[in-house]
Amino acid sequence: MPPSIALRVHHALPAEHRDRLLRVAREVSFPPGTRLFDEGGHADRFWIVRDGTAALDLHVPGRRAPVVETLGVGDLVGWSWLYEPFVWRLGAEAVTPVGAYEFDAVAVRLMCLDDAEFGRAVEHWVGRVLAHRLQAARTRLLDLYGPHNSGGAR
Amino acid sequence: MTDVPVPYRVVARRPETADTVTLRLEPLGAPLDDFAPGQFAMVHCFGRGEIPVSVSSVPATGGLAHTIRAVGAVSAGLCAARAGDVLGVRGPYGVGWELERARGRDVVVVAGGIGLAPLRPLILRALAEPAAYGRIDVLIGARSPAELISRREIERWPTAYTGVTVDRPDREWRGDVGLVTTLLDRAEFAPARTTAFVCGPEPMIRATARDLAFRGVPRDRIRVSLERNMRCATGHCGHCQLGPLLLCRAGPVVGWDEAERLLSVREL
Repeated sequence: MPPSIALRVHHALPAEHRDRLLRVAREVSFPPGTRLFDEGGHADRFWIVRDGTAALDLHVPGRRAPVVETLGVGDLVGWSWLYEPFVWRLGAEAVTPVGAYEFDAVAVRLMCLDDAEFGRAVEHWVGRVLAHRLQAARTRLLDLYGPHNSGGAR
Repeated sequence: MTDVPVPYRVVARRPETADTVTLRLEPLGAPLDDFAPGQFAMVHCFGRGEIPVSVSSVPATGGLAHTIRAVGAVSAGLCAARAGDVLGVRGPYGVGWELERARGRDVVVVAGGIGLAPLRPLILRALAEPAAYGRIDVLIGARSPAELISRREIERWPTAYTGVTVDRPDREWRGDVGLVTTLLDRAEFAPARTTAFVCGPEPMIRATARDLAFRGVPRDRIRVSLERNMRCATGHCGHCQLGPLLLCRAGPVVGWDEAERLLSVREL
């Protein structure tokens, strides 16, 4: 199974843990342009996208926050809720109308503390998502499509 | 095929991006043999030299088109050519995409950067005969919106799904940002009966082909276009050797079943 699919919650968590997690989800929707969170804010929620596209951006003083990645159906939006100090490292905004499962971070963290197996499964899932995104970011650092990568300089 | 350059006149020049142009060429005399999508020509810029360039269009009306990025002396000379200028062209060379082997199957095209140019004639040929294929999905990765070639044309392609993602969006870009492989999740092809065609920088080819193989696309049905230093294009000079392959003759398009091992070796 390719990494991107394996990381989707439906594949990444064992059925019993997945069902437990989804039981505490709320279905929400965001019109385009809605800010889901801003860099530096308190990470008290997270989402799994059901439909639409959300963009992750990074604050750069004096200019519009550049988008660094977009997330789509099945993707996890937000991981800072799992790790202290629970502060968003990036911002996120709905690019299109977004439908998502929304989770309360405190409730899920308590569930993780309450049930070590569940906690390990959730941490493993989020950790794999992070590793996948780190690998993608490193690959993009290669500037693959730049002129120096267009064959020999002839 | 001729190994002596034949004069072709530039009949149109279309800037694609700041450093990339498409040249439409017509023969001054007898034309070269027909090019198949994926094959390449050695294009000669008089006074500078020649470079291998895949065809980006093979119009039924005759002639050729090449999409060229200025990355060195010869390619810059070609990019500077104007309508009326004469270039030397020899070919056709190499193994093409062999689209006909995909008849009756879903078709997935994955292009990175200027890698879209060699895939363009394949896409147009497949779209011209939709009943011959299943789904046709086209996935494109580019550095930025400004560096996307054939941008207006892409929007008109009647594919099942066309996805475009960039690494560096500008202020107006409302599309996807990220690796081209993330678009594979949106293309609802049936892996076991899919043929994929991949062209772009080699790390992108590797990542894409591995992902496709993970999904269940047979390795021999993943066709990749490899770029090496083709000098003679006739299998004599050895500059384009990749392990047991002389890519000017056995490629540039090869199956992933053959290419995977060769692209995993640190030094060949």
